Amino acid sequence: MSENNEPRHAAGPDPDRIPATQPPKSLAPDPDANLETPAEDDAAYVTSLDTAGGAHQPSAVPVSAQSGSLPGAPEEESLLRKIFTGNGIVTILAVLLALILGGLLIALTDEVVGTTSTYLFARPTDFLAAVWSAATGSYVALFQGAVFNPRGVGAAGQFAPLMETLTIATPLITAGLGVALAFRAGLFNIGAQGQIIMAGILASWVGFALDLPMGLHLLLVLLAGVVGGAVWGGIVGVLKARTGAHEVIVTIMFNYIALYLLRYLLDTDLFQRPGESTPISPVLDASAVYPLLFGSQYRLHLGFLLAIAATVFVSWLLNRSTLGFEFRAVGANPKAALTAGINVSRATILVMTIAGGLAGLAGVAQVAGTEKVLTDGVAATYGFDAITVALLGRSSPWGTFAAGLLFGAFRAGAVQMQIQTGTPIDIVLVVQSLIVLFIAAPPLIRAIFGLNPRKKKAAPAGKSQKAVATGGAA
Amino acid sequence: MKNSLRATFKRGSMAGVATAGAAALLLTGCGAAPTASSTATPTASDYTGCIVSDSGGFDDQSFNQSSYEGLKKAEKDLGIKTNEAESKTNNDFEPNLRAMVTAGCDLTVTVGFLLGDATKAQATANPDSHFAIIDFGYETPISNVKPIIYDTAQAAFLAGYLAAGTTKTGTVATFGGIKIPTVTIFMDGYADGVKYYNEKKGTDVKVLGWDKAKQDGSFTGDFEKQDKGKQFTQNFLDQGADIVMPVAGPVGKGAGAALKEAKAAGKDVKLIWVDSDGFLTAPDYKDIMLSSVMKQMGEAVETVIKQDKDGQFSNAPYVGTLANDGVQLAPFHDLDAQVPAELKSELDQIKKDIADGKLKVESAASPKA
Repeated sequence: MSENNEPRHAAGPDPDRIPATQPPKSLAPDPDANLETPAEDDAAYVTSLDTAGGAHQPSAVPVSAQSGSLPGAPEEESLLRKIFTGNGIVTILAVLLALILGGLLIALTDEVVGTTSTYLFARPTDFLAAVWSAATGSYVALFQGAVFNPRGVGAAGQFAPLMETLTIATPLITAGLGVALAFRAGLFNIGAQGQIIMAGILASWVGFALDLPMGLHLLLVLLAGVVGGAVWGGIVGVLKARTGAHEVIVTIMFNYIALYLLRYLLDTDLFQRPGESTPISPVLDASAVYPLLFGSQYRLHLGFLLAIAATVFVSWLLNRSTLGFEFRAVGANPKAALTAGINVSRATILVMTIAGGLAGLAGVAQVAGTEKVLTDGVAATYGFDAITVALLGRSSPWGTFAAGLLFGAFRAGAVQMQIQTGTPIDIVLVVQSLIVLFIAAPPLIRAIFGLNPRKKKAAPAGKSQKAVATGGAA
Repeated sequence: MKNSLRATFKRGSMAGVATAGAAALLLTGCGAAPTASSTATPTASDYTGCIVSDSGGFDDQSFNQSSYEGLKKAEKDLGIKTNEAESKTNNDFEPNLRAMVTAGCDLTVTVGFLLGDATKAQATANPDSHFAIIDFGYETPISNVKPIIYDTAQAAFLAGYLAAGTTKTGTVATFGGIKIPTVTIFMDGYADGVKYYNEKKGTDVKVLGWDKAKQDGSFTGDFEKQDKGKQFTQNFLDQGADIVMPVAGPVGKGAGAALKEAKAAGKDVKLIWVDSDGFLTAPDYKDIMLSSVMKQMGEAVETVIKQDKDGQFSNAPYVGTLANDGVQLAPFHDLDAQVPAELKSELDQIKKDIADGKLKVESAASPKA
């Protein structure tokens, strides 16, 4: 980025004059046309949008990472190429490639493969069969643990894995939405972990300490959790807006504060289970937990429906509401947004509050949905996985939803994979990380599968034109 | 489209990788194929023993690892089948346990108090399956769950007495990972051992890092960050301590590193390990390893599995004590010469007294049996 930035900066006009002389066209009425940028094959264009043609520092989150869906390749390309260079196919290829590499890793760590490889040339079929059975066996187990288990008892048993996937996906989706929303406003919200913990603390306390009637109790638990997360996120927004404190540093520190506060509280009479000296809270009252959606044979709870509702809400907020437009405008270019009359401070505070509230929903899903108690592992690693989920979902609400489901499936399937085939659970995490790695580097995938668009000779001229048309100062 | 695909296949780099891979295989794959008969495994028992870890994982150099090794030993000695599931987070407990029951486990070992609720739920839902839980006991016993717990304070008492009798500076130290009963019980016993030495000998050996009366002391905050263990230990050394007992799993290695540095700088310092015999499991610190407070979890797990396999399962808690060798003070190994013979015989006597019940070691965290 900075390399592209240098000459442009030098060539551009005096930065201070930009707002006055050139109204920021990137905030023209049709946001889709301007806020969303082509993929990375057009780096100069992206840079020009990030920095308003080099007039100021690029936003912390590249604009290209903020947009929900990226348009295909330039117009002159064929439809077929559009499909193949679009993001959908890259995502699918990234997953596929990660699965293949993961399969090789599984095979490498497999004992039978190890034994057969010692006599590879005497009887190569043994080795190949072992590699094949190790990799496929693990993936079959993964599938059986995540989607459908043919050996289950009745239809209920067979679909139990799918329900498990949805259960695990619930906190991933809501926390992921929180991170994605902040991304779209140009903020790196690393604080989902802390926000989940604060939500868990408040929600669980309301859940076990208060004695309230059915319905009202759960509502209060939900409210306490969302408020807990929203306040924890909102403070970050205020600090960022009022003092300019960097949200990455603040959220990381807030994660620590929340975790150690939780550890401290679990050691006090207020939160410790009576009669025990272990750091674990009492079990939440029956009136305070989410009702199960399909009976007691599954863990799937009401929180999943709330996760769907949250996705619809974020989708509406970002794409249909004025506030969402302001968020995206601030994300695209805070200074331009300010010039256009948007209250950037207010948007920053609000987006962090809503993001915190969404992460808080994940905290409620933990204490009122699956765990039903508060321990220092209440947030598991969901706050950090949420960042991955949001990135994988390209920060779009439904993309995040789908990414959450995928990660939920991996987590649920990992259990079966581990027990049926003895594959270490770490391998599953490696496969997950590989997927993210490949998705974060689309050019790599395109290079591997030969999908790189041909270099166009007229490219430089086209790029500079585009930059001007979208408000770049060059 | 076609052009670009062809371009990819033409690339030489992939060919290079393939060649390297083939060469590697060529070097390793020249053995002779085994005959078909050797692939058949000897017929094993139908009994299946299973284990679910807490988030520490089976390589935590602490109770997960010891319990896992116990199961593996049972697999070898008793010819049973095993299943294992590592939990990465607290969310994995319930799915892992459910999967174990579905997989047909006869006995499932769960490790740690965090699995208490999940084990209880699965045990109640599956009364025909047996469970054993490490380091946790229920207030009201469950008919198919056997708690495996340890009165660690007894062995830690010996360690405290040993430290007080060996210190040159008159100050010894301890610190924990997280303030939970299974950690503080070590520190209680250690502090009491030092106190007992002071009472007997009229000395004034100080303990840093733990105040038994206040039930508060030094904790690194987790069982992962070794650099914190190093910092803590350096602090203790600066305050004049020369023997440190870290009760923090792998964080203890940080303490070992700090002590090694101090030893290299000419100080006479020693380390007391916990859970397993550190002389064997943490050989890097052999030359400063005075002794270890051992919890024999592997043996307990194997015994419980053997009993269950023979149809002798009971839900009475297994309590590891000095009397049944469930907890022990490890041999002094290389530092044997530095422990006076008189101190050794005193330790033997104290061990006998505790085992006989003549000497009571009490801790708020002791198992209530």
